[in-house]
Amino acid sequence: MDDRVILRIGSKILTPFIMIFAFYVQFHGDYGPGGGFQAGVILAAAFVLYGLVYGLANVLKVLPPVVPYLCGALGVMIFAGTGFVTLALGDNYLAYNVLATDPADGQHYGILAIELGVITTVFGVMVGLFYAFAGRERS
Amino acid sequence: MITVVDITLLILLGVTAVTVIRMRNLFAATMLMGIYSLLSAGLFVTMDAMDVAFTEAAVGAGISTILMLGTLALVGSEEKEPQHRPVLPLFVTLVVGAILIYGTLDMPEFGNPDNPVHQHVAPYYLEDSYDDTHIPNIVTVVLGSYRGFDTMGEAAVVFTALVGVLLLLARGGNSHRAVDRRPGQGDRDAITRAGASPTEGADHG
Repeated sequence: MDDRVILRIGSKILTPFIMIFAFYVQFHGDYGPGGGFQAGVILAAAFVLYGLVYGLANVLKVLPPVVPYLCGALGVMIFAGTGFVTLALGDNYLAYNVLATDPADGQHYGILAIELGVITTVFGVMVGLFYAFAGRERS
Repeated sequence: MITVVDITLLILLGVTAVTVIRMRNLFAATMLMGIYSLLSAGLFVTMDAMDVAFTEAAVGAGISTILMLGTLALVGSEEKEPQHRPVLPLFVTLVVGAILIYGTLDMPEFGNPDNPVHQHVAPYYLEDSYDDTHIPNIVTVVLGSYRGFDTMGEAAVVFTALVGVLLLLARGGNSHRAVDRRPGQGDRDAITRAGASPTEGADHG
């Protein structure tokens, strides 16, 4: 592994930019192509790249497997929880108009919240799948 | 111009598909599947479906390829010789393909605004989504707001996929603990081996 200098340095330089791009896709999803799903995959790709180049043991030190597993569940809870918040505020499930005084602002906040749920779930699931496949020894 | 791009992409798509089928080396086939996904993403771009293209490029060409490589590291990268002659599967595929192509003859013209699919709720989305939400990307509004229940179902499906894979593969989490116990040998785990040995298949291809 030590002789793959270009791979190691290149992926080290790229990783932060991949993460920034993931968050750009996430928060720019209201204005251009993209959203939580794509952003979650790109954010997971940053960790997958790190795991591919530096080995599974090293990426497990950065991100222990319990984190993606919890993220997978947490994201669905954020999404479903947004629905319960709108219920508690007196409107239908996932009707975001009540989240702010101006209905359009409420829609904005609601979509922001569920996109947060989607990126969390997708990121957790993609990294979790990578761990599950890469962690198995050939039998 | 766009016709030239379409025809080029479709020809490349066909060539890639046939090559994948004829390829005995699974490592090369996996890489070609990634290229196939990327070409599909290009086709989606020519159909102005940016969000779909984005997803196809990220998931189809990116994550799927990685997961296939992880699987190859476990099962080996050489396909076994087929046990049966491919006559019956070929016949079934040709008949089903012919039926599908016959079905497209009845479909409305692609992109025609008078198509039934554009007459139902789509005009409302196009005209009123900005006033409802002040968000310019209609795809985001439809996914997040008008069709929020569907998207929540999708998030749940994605999560279910993780649960299913973990139940099948993780063996109660032992595999990760096994890796943790000997941190110095991390570069010897399955997926790194698959990624590190592309030359393994070169002499077969």
